[in-house]
Amino acid sequence: MTTMTILEAVRSALAHEMRRDETVMVLGEDVGRLGGVFRATAGLIDEFGGDRVVDMPIAEGAIVGAALGLALSGLRPVAELQFLGFGAQAFHQITQQVARYRYRSQGRFAPALTIRAPFGGGVRTPEMHSDALEALYAHTPGLKVVAPATPGDAKGLLLAAIRDDDPVMVLEPLKGYRLVKGEVPDGEHLVDLGHIRLARQGTHVTLVAWSSAVQLCERAARELEAEGISAAVVDLRSIVPLDVEGLVEAVVATGRCVVVHEAPLTSGFGAEVVSTVQEEAFYDLEAPIVRVTAPDTPYPVPGVEEFFLPDVDRVKRAVRRTVGVAE
Amino acid sequence: MTLDPAERRSALELMKLSRAVDRYAVGLQRQGVFGTFGEARGQEATLVGAAMALDPAVDWMVPQYRELPALVHHGVPLELLFLLYRYLPAGFTVPTGVNALCNQVSLAAQLPHAVGLAWGLALQKKPGVVLAFVGDGGSSEGDFFEACNLAGVTGAPVVVVVQNNGWAISTPTSRQTRASRIADRASGFGIAGRTVDGNDLDAVHEAVLDAVERARSGGGATLVECLTYRAGAHNTNDDPSRYRDPDEHAERERDDPIERLEGVLRAEGAWNDEREREYTASVRARLDAALDWALAQPEPGADGVFDHVYKNPPARLERQRREQLSGGRE
Repeated sequence: MTTMTILEAVRSALAHEMRRDETVMVLGEDVGRLGGVFRATAGLIDEFGGDRVVDMPIAEGAIVGAALGLALSGLRPVAELQFLGFGAQAFHQITQQVARYRYRSQGRFAPALTIRAPFGGGVRTPEMHSDALEALYAHTPGLKVVAPATPGDAKGLLLAAIRDDDPVMVLEPLKGYRLVKGEVPDGEHLVDLGHIRLARQGTHVTLVAWSSAVQLCERAARELEAEGISAAVVDLRSIVPLDVEGLVEAVVATGRCVVVHEAPLTSGFGAEVVSTVQEEAFYDLEAPIVRVTAPDTPYPVPGVEEFFLPDVDRVKRAVRRTVGVAE
Repeated sequence: MTLDPAERRSALELMKLSRAVDRYAVGLQRQGVFGTFGEARGQEATLVGAAMALDPAVDWMVPQYRELPALVHHGVPLELLFLLYRYLPAGFTVPTGVNALCNQVSLAAQLPHAVGLAWGLALQKKPGVVLAFVGDGGSSEGDFFEACNLAGVTGAPVVVVVQNNGWAISTPTSRQTRASRIADRASGFGIAGRTVDGNDLDAVHEAVLDAVERARSGGGATLVECLTYRAGAHNTNDDPSRYRDPDEHAERERDDPIERLEGVLRAEGAWNDEREREYTASVRARLDAALDWALAQPEPGADGVFDHVYKNPPARLERQRREQLSGGRE
């Protein structure tokens, strides 16, 4: 075990996998000499050379589209989108090409590639850098989509994603890159896709989140404890595949549920979580499930993002309402 | 290196096969046996000339969707393409051992794949050049520019063949670009570029072979623009009478690549009426056999929706499959 930030965990996972498997390569904007704008790939070019750690022209469609071609040539590319919001310029390649090539070719061509991208707000970025767009990709059959919240999962899910023969998007928490530290197992550490993590035990209500919203929920849960409310926190980790069984079990255990995400309300992945839980466990619910999300607005400029993002107070208020405590 | 007489005769036969498939498939579409079909009519010299510049054993072909004779030359069985035009999932695969990617509906989206594939082969010191087709319409897409630029940057062994056939559905090439030559863009990407008469089999073959050899010897990418003409409709849903000038069409259609090549071969004594009769009869039998095979293939039912979406499908997707097959909810 080593204590690391999420960034360090990502970097160690990439280095580990590139040492283990010589077909693994990294391509993206500024990933080489600079080591990525966040340094997630720092030092990799020195160890693995410019043919395996490739600075690409600024053209996201070509980064993802070429990664597909590289995968078909027998390599196992890990493409980095500098920010998930920039994925709009690769959207057609991700959703119409990468996600569908196995089906289109009836199994002959199966691009095993990983797309890494940081996302999420609260770090005062310019426009397009913070948007939580996970639902767009979750709505794309053929893709798998994971969103780790901890350094351990950042490594374990990334290793599992690279080795998965299906294309996987690994959405990393921008805010947590340097802020969130944790224990990371040394060497081999794989976290199977499709399993929730119970981040915190609790008996009155189950908070469901992924990525940076997990730490938000944990903070809210700690503060609610002082009020006598015991909140469990479920970290979804994997959005596709969704761990329906684990999710439902964790909600049924308390009978109450609050879903928290940074994306806007309408058609956010929270809607899928709520719908799934009520389909599977309606009669075990003690109260309507509540969502705490961003409003249905574009991600705002940094000067007002605190009014956009879910915060601890909003989570706490939602929990109190759910458990029937008067404000 | 030019084509020898035997090669040119087989080129003519493949071009005639393509023309026969067009007629046959349009007829079947009108009868409701085939789905939407786009003829290659008028573009056969470009397609066959380019395909014959490749070594199917090591080189890759990356199609758009109007490249039937090129794909057949590269090893894709005709009957499989007939299954494709029945629009059954199994028709969309490419048999193992055939170095061709799938037909591509999104215009120019295949070009970054072609560059990545070529680059990956080079990185792994594997032999092989990648030839990708795109049209004049597709050359306006962002993927065209991104891919050609990346081809220049990486030095990937790739050849992009632009079939400039004058039309993108109803939009003439003059509405795609103000430039007189699409191949002129090559210098902006730092790659080689060349425009040829796409209705001249030998000219196409010579230009593409030159590009393939450049790629094979480490000289990087080439953009080859073949000036040809879409003699047919965009596809069976299209109505060119709404946008095509009949006189201009008649004029363009007169420059037929098959007639051109056939005239030369007849003058050389390599083609005659007897050969024509024999070949026509053999083509008819081949098309009927391919259709019989395609019609005999079983329909996969609901599994055709679910199979091959993932290697390891999510549990909830497998549940959806079971519910679809059983008609009940779990």
